[in-house]
Amino acid sequence: MMDIPKIPIGDAVESIEKWMKTYFGGLFDIIRAVIGWMVDNIEYVLTLLPPIVLIVLLALLSWRMVGWKFSIFTLIGLLLIDNLGFWELSMKSVSLVLTASILSIVIGIPIGIGCAKSSMFRSIMTPVLDFMQTMPAFVYLLPAVSFFSLGVVPGVIASIIFAIPPTIRLTNLGIRQVPAELVEAADAFGSTPAQKLFKLQLPMAMPTIMAGINQTIMLSLSMVVIASMIGAQGIGSYVYRAVTQANTGIGFEAGIAIVIMAILLDRLTQNVFKTKNKAN
Amino acid sequence: MAIIEVKGLTKVFGPDPQRAIPLLEQGMTKEAILKETRLTVGVNNASFSVEPGEIFVIMGLSGSGKSTLVRLLNRLIEPTAGQVLFDSTDVLKMTAEQLRHFRRKNMGMVFQKFALFPHRTVRQNVEYGLEVQGIDKKKRSEIAFDALKLVGLENWADSYPDQLSGGMQQRVGLARGLATDPDILLMDEAFSALDPLIRKDMQDELLELQSKVRKTIVFITHDLDEALRIGDRIALMKDGVIVQIGTPEEILIQPANKYVERFVEDVDMSKVLTASHVMIKPETVMLDRGPRVALQLMREREISNLYVTDKGMKLLGALTADQASAAVKEGLTIEDVMEREVPRVSPDVMLNELFEIMADTRVPVAVVGDDDRLRGVLIRGAVLAALAGNANPEAGESA
Repeated sequence: MMDIPKIPIGDAVESIEKWMKTYFGGLFDIIRAVIGWMVDNIEYVLTLLPPIVLIVLLALLSWRMVGWKFSIFTLIGLLLIDNLGFWELSMKSVSLVLTASILSIVIGIPIGIGCAKSSMFRSIMTPVLDFMQTMPAFVYLLPAVSFFSLGVVPGVIASIIFAIPPTIRLTNLGIRQVPAELVEAADAFGSTPAQKLFKLQLPMAMPTIMAGINQTIMLSLSMVVIASMIGAQGIGSYVYRAVTQANTGIGFEAGIAIVIMAILLDRLTQNVFKTKNKAN
Repeated sequence: MAIIEVKGLTKVFGPDPQRAIPLLEQGMTKEAILKETRLTVGVNNASFSVEPGEIFVIMGLSGSGKSTLVRLLNRLIEPTAGQVLFDSTDVLKMTAEQLRHFRRKNMGMVFQKFALFPHRTVRQNVEYGLEVQGIDKKKRSEIAFDALKLVGLENWADSYPDQLSGGMQQRVGLARGLATDPDILLMDEAFSALDPLIRKDMQDELLELQSKVRKTIVFITHDLDEALRIGDRIALMKDGVIVQIGTPEEILIQPANKYVERFVEDVDMSKVLTASHVMIKPETVMLDRGPRVALQLMREREISNLYVTDKGMKLLGALTADQASAAVKEGLTIEDVMEREVPRVSPDVMLNELFEIMADTRVPVAVVGDDDRLRGVLIRGAVLAALAGNANPEAGESA
């Protein structure tokens, strides 16, 4: 065993990285531009209104979608963030999280549908997803930086890689859980595969898919601190700075702001579907 | 001409199923093939034809292949060998597009566990088949509403399926199957998930509906009583093979083999046979004859009463020997003395419904058709003989 020389996996990965940079540089530039544009615009919209107006609007939204108790939490929580002086940074982080989540949904749901329709595709995707979820996030920050340079864009890319698996997995699961007899009934009435998907499978899988999207949003929020290490501005950079300076007070304040955002995003996305059902 | 013709239809489950076909042709049994090739024979060489407007029942115990067989007809399961002809078109040669068209227009289906879409309202469920055809919203909504009226659920159109009882849900399933106005309705154990009383109601309702819509129905069941009640013809399946095809009477009276015989021996004949099966030829006298003629007839035939009819065999009343001789003495006509209130039943009344009527009357019960014409009479002896398993074949034919 000792005679076998070390297998040069690291070298191979580096030469692949170099090769991709050479040949796909243009593509990476386009991706960078698109993601950068999305983050900027979401941030622009979020900072368009004065904080207090947005806070009241979000509180009203919470009231409508969840309930009055939760709207009080929203009001107090967001006022606290503003009071601590984290408002702008939080909005930067939220733009990153929303961009990563939207892209995860847009990419993840079609992949999930593909997994549900083809068992072969699923058996290819499963190890890839496992790899994406278990590989330490720091490791793919490096090629992300090398492809997209420092800033918010590699942060979004890293967040997508880390956060997309639940959307894919639960879309697949949701569609596969549609009872076989219902699929058979749709077939018996002469549905095309697309009709079957949009009239039966996706509507019935929606609660499961929403659970996946909810997890995706939570996971990409958990990436804000790591993303800040490569220059993505936001609340995460405060946490990161607090860690490097061993400043418990600031770290705690920024941490509370992240927790408040997390609870808010979680409850609101959890209830998107439930409210829809009630309206019916 | 038959609307569906099935020839040598075979389904073998497992990898590379074609290799089981020569073995089946050699006459190997299902078990032997499973042992040798690990392949499961679902349906083996089934041939039958279904006539337009009839209810064709495929019946067998679970595992007999009946549910597989019905799915071969619309290719929800792909057959391994054989032919399915719909109006002389080979269904198995259809492309995916043609098959979709066939399923949309020609063949509706009703499922055992209803298979209603829980995220759609009752009306939207019924609309589904029209929706996939691309019929516009207003029109399909109207058609769906009419289909719901047919099954008496128009007031539930905007409810969701889980708000309905099992029997109502299956009526929605039936409406969904009928909404596309298919030529053929496949009903896969459609009533098996319902409790017995509801099931009987649904059977009655189906028969009533059938008299209105006149569809060709292929009905799958494991319940012999159900098969006998609603089937115009029955195919009996065992181990993937059709062992006998015939009318309910043929299956009961002339079972093709020991298996069928064992199957039908516990059947309550009173729920199968109708008045037309057990009635005998009536003794009649026409109204314009005199009471003397009537008495003479009774003497000759050694009976104590006669039915009075007009020239067209229309039932007018009954005449006993006492009434006839009274009329002779007092110089009256038959019309003056005859009994006008005669117990009468229609030819398709079940035997078990006859007992009560027969217990209450002294004169034989008259069997009268919709046109008021006398078809036959019921006497206790013939009814009891039929219950004992000796149906009167002659009577059955004359019906």
